[in-house]
Amino acid sequence: MSFFDLAWSIFPSLLKATIVTLELTGISISIGLLLGILLALGRLYGNKPIYALATAYVEFIRGTPLLVQLFVFYFGLPSIGINISPFFSALAAFSLNSGAYQAEYFRGAIQSIKGGQMLAARSIGMSRFKGIVFIVIPQALRLVIPSWSNELIYLVKYSSLAYMVQVPELMARGKIIASRNFRTFEVFLVVAFIYLVIVLILSKILDLVEEKVKIPGLGT
Amino acid sequence: MLSNPPILLLKDIRKSYGTEEVLKGVSFELSKGETKVLIGPSGTGKSTLLRCINQLTPPDEGEVWLNGTELTDKKVDINKARQQMGMVFQHFNLFAHLDALNNVKLGLTKVKQMSEKKARSKAMEELERVGLANQASSYPAQLSGGQQQRVGIARALAMDPKLMLFDEPTSALDPELIGEVLEVMIDLAEAGMTMLVVTHEMGFARSVCDEIVFLENGKIVEQGSPRQFFENPEHKRTREFLDKISELYGGSKR
Repeated sequence: MSFFDLAWSIFPSLLKATIVTLELTGISISIGLLLGILLALGRLYGNKPIYALATAYVEFIRGTPLLVQLFVFYFGLPSIGINISPFFSALAAFSLNSGAYQAEYFRGAIQSIKGGQMLAARSIGMSRFKGIVFIVIPQALRLVIPSWSNELIYLVKYSSLAYMVQVPELMARGKIIASRNFRTFEVFLVVAFIYLVIVLILSKILDLVEEKVKIPGLGT
Repeated sequence: MLSNPPILLLKDIRKSYGTEEVLKGVSFELSKGETKVLIGPSGTGKSTLLRCINQLTPPDEGEVWLNGTELTDKKVDINKARQQMGMVFQHFNLFAHLDALNNVKLGLTKVKQMSEKKARSKAMEELERVGLANQASSYPAQLSGGQQQRVGIARALAMDPKLMLFDEPTSALDPELIGEVLEVMIDLAEAGMTMLVVTHEMGFARSVCDEIVFLENGKIVEQGSPRQFFENPEHKRTREFLDKISELYGGSKR
């Protein structure tokens, strides 16, 4: 079988697994986004205990390997009587991990917001909470896009680690196919190609979004 | 002026940063419709004093009274009180993600809970007042410094304040842009707004304000009418400072 015949024959099966990869990435990045914003706000505006908690969390997650975190959820939780599916253990690990990284991106974005705007918001009688909601977050969401797209791209690729805990995603599917037809090189070439296409499409989408929400003078 | 109860009353305001006492007991009052100019060397606590008034920087000691309400009282709803005091900043501090109209409108919809339509027409009115109705959809970065500052003034005025605090409103501007901002301020003063202005614009002080307060090292050195101030200052320090200022800014000739 030529390479293209092989690629054609395994493509449908790989595409099905790609959907799992996209689900895993999509849900994790979204939960991570929410978590990241909250952690960043906690580190910048929280009182001492909240600041300490958010900082400890970020440092702990960033200081330990993602694979270890994944194993903690997959092997660790059942050992204390909590049983979750492979998919959900991967989802939990990726979300919590991504949250920590996104927190740092958001912290950077918020800190680069031009100073004095919060003061101005307070001076017209806004509460700090409203200032965060109407002034800080809309600007941070725009400023964070370039670094945030890195996180999304990393996560697409790191989601391949989920094959270690039996999640039937793209990498796992590739491994199964290769172990059956022994054409490892070609199979993973196709797998790599699919990851590449996903990443290229996502970065194009983010470029368009960045362009669409651009405001003159913001972030330049 | 005697019959007018003061809109703003400061009693013995003190503020320290670490071991450094920035304000060492400042007291004065402002009557309705009065314009007071606060002058003094840099680092002397003028900006801190303004922020102590609207509690952006709460003073360590002393009392601030606005229209019979003590703002330094912990029980007071400070967000409500701040709506009555507009503040204009040296570096404008416009909301960078909003165009001029929305900069002015935001406080109306989100703080005063005005309807979208009402807020819009009110914001437009305020922009007209500062001569910027034609720039309503420009973002801060697309405006000159003078225009940004006028939007800043419109944003503060939109809240219908009883008192306007100006913190060196023209210090960050190119010389040719100062005039348009001062013009707006002069109009305001003449329309009867109560204003407290930190500035080095001696021309403005001389021609517009009712009283000048000279602050140095956290204390009031001298206060009086512009006439008394410029023609016959009581203190040697005041005279030295005025000489220096007019040398730097050419103020006495303005």
